[in-house]
Amino acid sequence: MALENIHLVRGRAVHVPGDDIDTDRIIPARFMKCVTFDGLGEYLFYDTRHTPDGEKKDHPLNDPRFDGASILISGNNFGCGSSREHAPQAIYRAGFRAVIAESFAEIFFGNSIQLGMPCVTADAADLRELAAAVRADPSMTVEIDVKDRVVRFGGEEIPCGLRDGARQSLLEGHWDPIQDLLEGVPEVEALASGLEYMRA
Amino acid sequence: MGKSLFQKVWDAHSVRELPNGQTQLLIGTHLIHEVTSPQAFGMLRERGIPVRFPHRTFATVDHIVPTNEVAEPYSDPLAQAMIEELRKNCADHGITFFDTNTGHQGIVHIVGPEQGITQPGTTIACGDSHTSTHGAFGAIAFGIGTSQVRDVLATQTIALNPLKVRRINVDGELAPGVYAKDVILHIIRLLGTKGGTGFAYEYGGSVFDGFSMEERMTVCNMSIEGGARVGYVNPDETTVEYLEGRPYAPKGAAWDHAAERWLSFASDPDCDYDDVVNIRAEDIAPTVTWGITPGQAVFIHENIPSPDDGETESARESISEALEHMSFAGGEPIKGIPVDVAFLGSCTNGRLSDLKEVARFLEGHKVNPRVKAICVPGSQAVGKIAEELGLDRIFKEAGFEWRAAGCSMCLAMNPDKLIGNQLCASSSNRNFKGRQGSPTGRTILMSPLMVAAAAVTGEIADAREVFGILEPAGV
Ligand code: SF4
Repeated sequence: MALENIHLVRGRAVHVPGDDIDTDRIIPARFMKCVTFDGLGEYLFYDTRHTPDGEKKDHPLNDPRFDGASILISGNNFGCGSSREHAPQAIYRAGFRAVIAESFAEIFFGNSIQLGMPCVTADAADLRELAAAVRADPSMTVEIDVKDRVVRFGGEEIPCGLRDGARQSLLEGHWDPIQDLLEGVPEVEALASGLEYMRA
Repeated sequence: MGKSLFQKVWDAHSVRELPNGQTQLLIGTHLIHEVTSPQAFGMLRERGIPVRFPHRTFATVDHIVPTNEVAEPYSDPLAQAMIEELRKNCADHGITFFDTNTGHQGIVHIVGPEQGITQPGTTIACGDSHTSTHGAFGAIAFGIGTSQVRDVLATQTIALNPLKVRRINVDGELAPGVYAKDVILHIIRLLGTKGGTGFAYEYGGSVFDGFSMEERMTVCNMSIEGGARVGYVNPDETTVEYLEGRPYAPKGAAWDHAAERWLSFASDPDCDYDDVVNIRAEDIAPTVTWGITPGQAVFIHENIPSPDDGETESARESISEALEHMSFAGGEPIKGIPVDVAFLGSCTNGRLSDLKEVARFLEGHKVNPRVKAICVPGSQAVGKIAEELGLDRIFKEAGFEWRAAGCSMCLAMNPDKLIGNQLCASSSNRNFKGRQGSPTGRTILMSPLMVAAAAVTGEIADAREVFGILEPAGV
């Protein structure tokens, strides 16, 4: 099954400010009592979007001006904490196709790329400028160019970071490695048979 | 030039380079639990792919199991559905499952070592970030996402980039009342919650040489809180001794051979690290968190910082946000803050040595009546030995609830949760907003004995004072 080549993500954006936004905040653990990822999008950032009584709070994702946004902008160390793929899955299933942040936690980054959802970094000053532009004009189109590693918005262009391996995986449609891994199985079996602890 | 353990294990498990430049890495041992595996089995079913090495996957149930009821069906139908799904997946694919009726069920990071499944020089993966715990044995152990759980089930491999290696030496002697938990909280405080990004942490120095396997596990467990995906300690005689006689450890002639091979994985003395950090054990005091990330920590005798203490605008904002959530003023002492709940357990500190150490001091003390205190053994085996030693009696007499094995109040997927803005003195590893089940709940991370001190006094306290542990002069 050939995967899509991801060169460009284009859409409207929303800024969820803050550093160290952890996966418990992205998707609180109680919503992980599920055997499929379906429907997780609804619970994205649930506890920061709702009061303990379930009333909607003032939050960018509750603001109708940002409905339909497909690019999420945030701060430093985004996605830290648990390895739960429920976090990027919730973001993806809420309609997002890319995240821009100052930096990402490692496992979150890998999980996201594996879903074909680019996570690109930008420096703090550029992020502030981008966030301000998005707030001023929520209808503005933001474009992440995976190939040239730039983010374009409202006539501006800022550089963004994306490791070579991840970039190549997205561009060449290898972001979900399962097919490649399966092709290597004969070599896997040969290597495993030489390792004592792996013998049945 | 010598090689580090990381490099040796990586090289021994590299299958080939993938088209995207990543390495296809063989995962020798795969551990699964009920929360992050069902979707992976679902993906296999969808594509009609079998489990390639079922004998190298081991399952247990920990996150959702209630620790206050053992009979099924559980009162929570979703929890019941999750355990049944895992049972079915294991049965369908011929995977060993340490189910609740086996006497071996428990938190996955406690069960692997105690069964002798976790071994030096191996690669381990589990759909859980605290898989780094297994690095205590000189294994390279990765927390992975659910799609990668699928990859391991289907191919026994994952696609990865190699990591750099940072050697962290802790030399000298820890003062009485200072524990492995303080060591790792201190390391994270120094290097930051994302200081470990891109690195494997290799812990060493005289403190680690002297540590038991359980202490090493406590430190490796929280590598992920320091941003490092992997943390490990080189295997030595302590490692070999721990593994001898365990159910899955090699036996007879294979044993001698295995032990020798294991030790050969230790980093060579002349290997080149990408970074080296040196820490003096004498500089570490009992450490507690005050904020909403594990890096926001102070020594017990220090004050909580104020926003003005932040060096950058974003640091000041982080401090303000944390103080607001914790309802702390900033600039006040951490000692003396009232607590509502005391939680002793988790894959960081739910092992036998943790319970023994606390019981040693707790005997004769009573939990403050304002505090709800629970003690949750990390595995059924830990619970059983603790009961044989009479530790359960000491905990119960002091006023702790004595529970069945599981993750319990470490996270909010079972009945144990904070209510409202309760403040919990916790031996677990995460103090994120909402982590313990109430969006406004508050968590202070600390060593098990400090949790006991908080339970007894009803406030954040210095265990050394509460339990009369003498400090050497000058600390
Ligand atoms: S005890 Fe806590 S950190 Fe450990 S596996 Fe369970 S939920 Fe995760």
